[in-house]
Amino acid sequence: MLNFIFLVNKQGQVRLSQYFKHQDENERRDIEPEIVKKCLNRQENQCSFLDYKQYRIIYRKYASLYFIVAADEEDNEMAVYEFIHHFVETLTSYFDKVTEIDIMFNMDKVHMILMEMVLNGEIVETNKNRILAPLRTMDHASKR
Amino acid sequence: MNTVNTILEKINKMPAPKRLRDLIREIRSARTAAEERSVVNKECAQIRDCFKEEDNTYRCRNVAKLLYIHMLGYPAHFGQLECLKLIASPKFTDKRIGYLGAMLLLDERTDVHLLVTNCLKNDLGHQTQYIASLALCTLGNICSVEMSRDLAGEVEKMLKSSNAYLKKKSALCALCIVRKVPDLMEMFLPATRTLLNEKNHGVLLAAVCLITEMCKLSIDAVNHFRKDEFMEVVPQLVRILKNLIMAGYSPEHDVSGVSDPFLQVRILNLLRLLGKGDAEASEAMNDILAQVATNTETSKNVGHAILYEIVLTIMGIESESGLRVLAVNILGRFLLNSDKNIRYVALNTLLRVVHADYNAVQRHRSTIVDCLKDPDVSIKKRAMELCFALINQNNIRGMAKELLSFLEKCEPEFKADCCSNLVTASEKYSPNRRWHIDTVMKVLTTAGNYVRDDVVSTLVQLVSQADSLQAYAVQNLYRAMRDDISQQPLVQVATWCIGEYGDQLFAGTSIEDSEPLDASEEDVLNVLERALVNNNSTLTSKEYVITAILKLSTRFSSTQPKIQKLIAFYNRSTSVELQQRSVEYSTLFSTQDQMRSGLLEKMPVMEKTRVDEPMLANGGEKEDDLLNGGAASPATQTQQPTEVCESQNILDILGGPSTATPAQPAQPPKSTGGELLDLLGDIDMSGSSAGAPPPMMMGGPPLMDGLMGMPAAAPNPLLDMMGSQPLVNGNENSIPDIVGFEKDGLSLNFSFEKAPPPSTVTTMTVTATNSSPNPLLEFVFQAAVPKSFQLQMLSPSGNIVPPSNSGSVTQIVKVNNPQKQPIRMRLRMAYTVNGVPVTEQGEVSNFPPVLWQ
Repeated sequence: MLNFIFLVNKQGQVRLSQYFKHQDENERRDIEPEIVKKCLNRQENQCSFLDYKQYRIIYRKYASLYFIVAADEEDNEMAVYEFIHHFVETLTSYFDKVTEIDIMFNMDKVHMILMEMVLNGEIVETNKNRILAPLRTMDHASKR
Repeated sequence: MNTVNTILEKINKMPAPKRLRDLIREIRSARTAAEERSVVNKECAQIRDCFKEEDNTYRCRNVAKLLYIHMLGYPAHFGQLECLKLIASPKFTDKRIGYLGAMLLLDERTDVHLLVTNCLKNDLGHQTQYIASLALCTLGNICSVEMSRDLAGEVEKMLKSSNAYLKKKSALCALCIVRKVPDLMEMFLPATRTLLNEKNHGVLLAAVCLITEMCKLSIDAVNHFRKDEFMEVVPQLVRILKNLIMAGYSPEHDVSGVSDPFLQVRILNLLRLLGKGDAEASEAMNDILAQVATNTETSKNVGHAILYEIVLTIMGIESESGLRVLAVNILGRFLLNSDKNIRYVALNTLLRVVHADYNAVQRHRSTIVDCLKDPDVSIKKRAMELCFALINQNNIRGMAKELLSFLEKCEPEFKADCCSNLVTASEKYSPNRRWHIDTVMKVLTTAGNYVRDDVVSTLVQLVSQADSLQAYAVQNLYRAMRDDISQQPLVQVATWCIGEYGDQLFAGTSIEDSEPLDASEEDVLNVLERALVNNNSTLTSKEYVITAILKLSTRFSSTQPKIQKLIAFYNRSTSVELQQRSVEYSTLFSTQDQMRSGLLEKMPVMEKTRVDEPMLANGGEKEDDLLNGGAASPATQTQQPTEVCESQNILDILGGPSTATPAQPAQPPKSTGGELLDLLGDIDMSGSSAGAPPPMMMGGPPLMDGLMGMPAAAPNPLLDMMGSQPLVNGNENSIPDIVGFEKDGLSLNFSFEKAPPPSTVTTMTVTATNSSPNPLLEFVFQAAVPKSFQLQMLSPSGNIVPPSNSGSVTQIVKVNNPQKQPIRMRLRMAYTVNGVPVTEQGEVSNFPPVLWQ
């Protein structure tokens, strides 16, 4: 299962974080910067997976934004890697060219998208239309 | 009225709180961390005030801001109750933020839980699916044990609803509940089974996840799903998978050209659990696995995700051999891929399957070796581990060469592991002694300071056993040390050898291609001096050097004055050990000169005391044996003669002195200590208390310690000399030993010592030996006694019981028996043999009655 997911920019500022398993506040404050630092320090020619404590960290970089996911050791790294891309594609189709600013100012909506895609750490839906349906319904209602 | 007015006033005075957008802007514009902190603190104070006012209009906005602040890493727990208020609100926008807040801020330990449970219960039954789904999602995220029990019924009801959206969410919520409270599984089983008939991929995905989790949690569930009387799960999964790969393009589930890869991966994962160890289930999957493996498009990354999973599944179940070869070949292709991620995955997987199909992996050895040169550390690390797993008798020379050049160039973090593994591998598979000595020496010269201490004793032992190679070894070690005295372990081995075999330094060697050493006695001493006075030499190294120099005094002829000078060098050292050596050794030149040549004799050949098998952790052992057939046995056979007994050595040393005292004529049967014990028994009877050191029989005992060549610095050097056999065995003769346990080659021998009355403590020494051909690793011995006794267990001498009775593990157990009752003891032994964990239990009730009478 996925344990947590961060969106961090190149400067190491967290833009979104969601934990699927309970994590102690203090512990969180320790591991978050550590993982972020590890990912940011990696070179182009290094692979996208690394081990951190009991987690397998999978990250992917889009423009200035890093998508970092902590999976379990037995998870399929390639599938998680692909999932990140799918998440980004979904964001793109909602925000139409998604940028760091979009994510930052629409934190609640990004959370909603993520909630539709991943439930309690398991991938639950991959069809973009179905993922975005609740959000679109909501937008529609608020416009009226 | 007055209060109403003041409140109204307050509200009028207070401006509407900032919007989230503005807060984000403000935080972004903060230039320093301190500035950001002050912005956040100010905002938090305002939010708190707002919360205190019980303001309903802006609660949602405030909580949203709080969530942002929380994300930045500031404390936000004071918003927990506000989230609940939002959840209770009838508006969807409020509920949405409320639930989001609950998910992010609440955890299973918070005391607001009871309140949440009620809110959730209401919302789970809400007619709007989005609200119900929010509740499901939150429940999964924060459920505690009580909550799970309270709400499991609701979730199960929703699992049976006709709404696909709720179905998939409730399935994953059920997963969380089952994970929290496994006994609730029963309740979900019937509904889960039918979920696989759904068409909706989201539901299928969730159902497969749920089944996987259940299978992981209990073996009963696995059996249930394997042999379900209503619906067989395996054929159903195979059908779904078949549809996925045969259906062709479906826009609804297409992910870069592959039909729902996430579902495929999930199903393959579940098939692995169901097929593991079940030939029948595995048989049913063979065809589809082959189909997926051959039909998956690999031009895109997604395809690799599926192939990766399928390889794991093929290797995890009882699949056909052809399929296994196919799987390893897929990984071989991965290894050649230009994408670093795929190479990483390939190595990682090979590492996982190397035990399942050793030969197939072996075929890709050269590609794996190439990965040692990869720029990525993660890839390098795995390549290294895999290389060690692949070493065997046939390829050791080539592999060792590659790994040595890797050792030279690799990052420091790899060096220690690489060294230890290389040393172990060469010990296990070396084609001959010379090669072995050469390799270990090369390890020491390349990365000496990274090796662990045991390598020093390994090489020393090796040289001492190789009679014909001693000249060769000592000369090469001298050269290596001359060129580099910074590698401490190298210095230690080299000085030990120079001291011991100094006379062979200038002799011709039996190895034809080695040139004679171009050095004089003076040169050798100069090199030793450099190591002795060098500030970078460790204390241990200096101790080695000073002993070596002493030994050279009988081996070198022309340099006595210099030797004496060097030995005296540390007679004022602040290190007690070093000073003691320096002073005592100096005495050997003055008052005790006549003893010197006798004391400085060559050490007897060192015996192997320990059969170390760390490679077993890689699981390489079992396959090797299969591969090499009987070929692996020579290694164990060569150990046979050395197995005579470690205490033999000790007897040798004490052999001399023991003649001074009349030896007891009656030999105790098969006692390991032999003469020595008798000797001590004798002393005991003559009145001195047990454990007191016998009168000094020669020189100074501490000296002996130094001459042993191993500066173990034990508190009592005499004890050290006698190895691990404790002195307390002295009056063992009076109480016979018993064998407390015997099974599968493992035997536990109990020997006793009773403290003199009024003490009621019995000290038992438990000696575990192993007559089977395999070592017992991670050996743990536990004992329990009835309540009327008190039990104290001291730490064991080790956790590996070597094979073929070639050594033992001893542990001292003290039993206090104040009521003088017959002793009974329960035993529990846990160990791993050939990678399989074993637990044994036993009971001992045949303790000699003399123990409590």
